[in-house]
Amino acid sequence: MRHVATILRLAALGLLLAFLIVPQRFAPLFAPLTTGGAPPIYDQGNLAMLALSHLATVLVACLGSTVIAVALGILVTRAGGQEFLPLSRAVVNFGQTFPPVAVLALAVPLVGFGERPTLIALFLYGLLPIFENTVVGLRTCPPAVLEAAAGMGMSAGQQLVSVELPLAMPLILEGIRLSMVINIGTATLGSTVAAKGLGEVIIAGLLSNNTAFVLQGGLATGLMAVLLYDAVAALERRFGRSARID
Amino acid sequence: MIVIESLTKRYDSTTAVDAVSMVIERNSITVIVGTSGSGKSTLLRMINRLIEPTSGRVLIDGRDTASEPGHLLRRRIGYVIQGHGLFPHRTVAENIGTVPHLLHWDEARTRARTAQLLEALQLDPANYSEKYPHQLSGGQQQRVGVARALAAEPAVLLMDEPFGALDPIIREKAQDDLLDIQRRFGTTVVLVTHDIDEAFRLGDRVAVMSEGRLLQYDRPEVLVTRPANPLVGRMTGSAERAMRLLSLTTAGEAALPFAAGEQRAEGLVVPTSASLREVLSELLWRGSECATVVDADGTPRGQLTVAAILTRGRPA
Repeated sequence: MRHVATILRLAALGLLLAFLIVPQRFAPLFAPLTTGGAPPIYDQGNLAMLALSHLATVLVACLGSTVIAVALGILVTRAGGQEFLPLSRAVVNFGQTFPPVAVLALAVPLVGFGERPTLIALFLYGLLPIFENTVVGLRTCPPAVLEAAAGMGMSAGQQLVSVELPLAMPLILEGIRLSMVINIGTATLGSTVAAKGLGEVIIAGLLSNNTAFVLQGGLATGLMAVLLYDAVAALERRFGRSARID
Repeated sequence: MIVIESLTKRYDSTTAVDAVSMVIERNSITVIVGTSGSGKSTLLRMINRLIEPTSGRVLIDGRDTASEPGHLLRRRIGYVIQGHGLFPHRTVAENIGTVPHLLHWDEARTRARTAQLLEALQLDPANYSEKYPHQLSGGQQQRVGVARALAAEPAVLLMDEPFGALDPIIREKAQDDLLDIQRRFGTTVVLVTHDIDEAFRLGDRVAVMSEGRLLQYDRPEVLVTRPANPLVGRMTGSAERAMRLLSLTTAGEAALPFAAGEQRAEGLVVPTSASLREVLSELLWRGSECATVVDADGTPRGQLTVAAILTRGRPA
C-alpha cells in the first residue's frame, strides 16, 4: 500500500513539473475545451514562474502566521498569559472568518496592488489552525513530564524549549500544514490585485471565457496543494516518531 | 542533614502543612507516610521548593534553601515521581543526562556516570542507552527515572510515591534496588508513600502525617510499640503489630548462640538477612521448632527457636 502511495505521489509531482515546464505538450488534452481557435494553453506568462511566485507568496505568509500564532500560543499557555486567551482567540478567529477577498479590497488602498495585500490576507487567514494546534499541543503535555522537568531544575524557558515545544511539535506542524494547504487555494485570489500566481491563469480564463485556462490553473493549484500536504506530513512523521508518548 | 523548621503551607482557607518540624539524618532513608490529603507530598515539594512555603524554613547541611533560585536548588536535589515522568522525546541516555547537561558537565563525565547508573540498576548501557522510554517496561522506566534523579550525584533524593505505578512483584524488586542504591551512594533519601508496609520496609525513620500535621516521627519499631496516639496505632495496624515487629528484625540480629558442641546446619537453614516474620512463617509451615542461621558464606552463625522468635514479637 505504501509503495502505491509513493508511486502516486511521484507521478503527481512528475505530472505537475512536466506541465509547468513544457505546457505546450499538453495542448492536445486541453484543445477540446477551447472554442473559436482560442489558445488551449495559457500563453500570457511563464507557468513555471507563476507557480514559483504562487508558492513563495504562500510560504512567506505562512512563515509570518507561524511566528505570530506560535508566539501567541506560547503566551496564552503561560501562567501569566492565560487572561489573553479569549482576546487572542477572538483575533485569530476574526482573521479566519473575515473573507480574504474583503481583506484584499481593504488592504489595496493602504498598501497598493501586488504581493503585499495578498500576503496580509493569507497571513490573517492562516493564523487560526496554527494557533489552536499550538495551544492544544502545549496544554496536553503530560503533567508528570512537566513536573519532572521542573523537579530536575529546568528554568521556565528551558522547560518550554527542551520539553514543551518538542512535545507539541507534531500538532504545531499539523496546524502549519493545514494553514499552508488552505492558503495554496486562497492565494489564487491574489491575482485579482495583481499578485503573481496561478490565479492569473484562472482569471484570464474567466475573462476570455476559456475553460481550458480555468481548468489548468485549477489543476496546477490543486496538485501543488496535495503535494505540499504530503511533504509537510512526511516532516511531521519525522518529528512525531521520537515524540510518541506511551 | 535536612532540618525542617515549622514549615507551613496555607492555601486560602485550608492549611495543607501545619508547622511541621523534623530533622532528617544524613545517609538514611526517611519515609513520610499518610493518607491522601495528609500534606505529605506538599511537605516533600517544599524541600525542593516546587512549592514555596507560606512560612518556616528548610536547611540542607546548614544552608537555607531559600538562599538561591529554586531551579538552581533543584539541580542539586534528586527528584523521582510516580509514573516516572521521563521525557518521551529523549533517549534513556539523554533523559539521564538531563541534570548533568543543565550543570554543564562535559560529555565524557556524563557518559561515564550514565553507564555507571544504568549498570547499578541492572540495565545494560549498550542495550538501553539509545532506547526511548516507550520501548521500556514499566519497571525499567521507573529505574531510568531513579537513574535520572541520581545523575548529578545529589546528596539528597526526594521520591514521591515512586513505586505507586508498579505491580507488587516489580515493586518489591524496586524497593530492594533502592535500598542497594542508597547504601552504595550514601544518598539521603526522603520518600513519600501511602503504603505503610512500604514505609516499614524502607524507612530508617518513619514520619506519620495526618491533616497537615506530623503525628509521630521515629524508628519503625517505636511506631509499632509506642504509637503516639490512636491514629498512629490504627495506621500502623494494631491487629498485626506483633508480626510487623517481627518483620523489622533480621534473623542475624536475633540469632542465639549454639549450645556448646551443638553447631549444625540441618533442618531449616535461613540467611542472616531473612526477617523473623519470614523465619516464623517457615517454621510454622514445616512444623519445626528450630532454624539454623547462616551468613552469606554458608557459615552457621546461630540458631532461632519458635519460642525465641515469639519473645521478639512483644514490646520490650
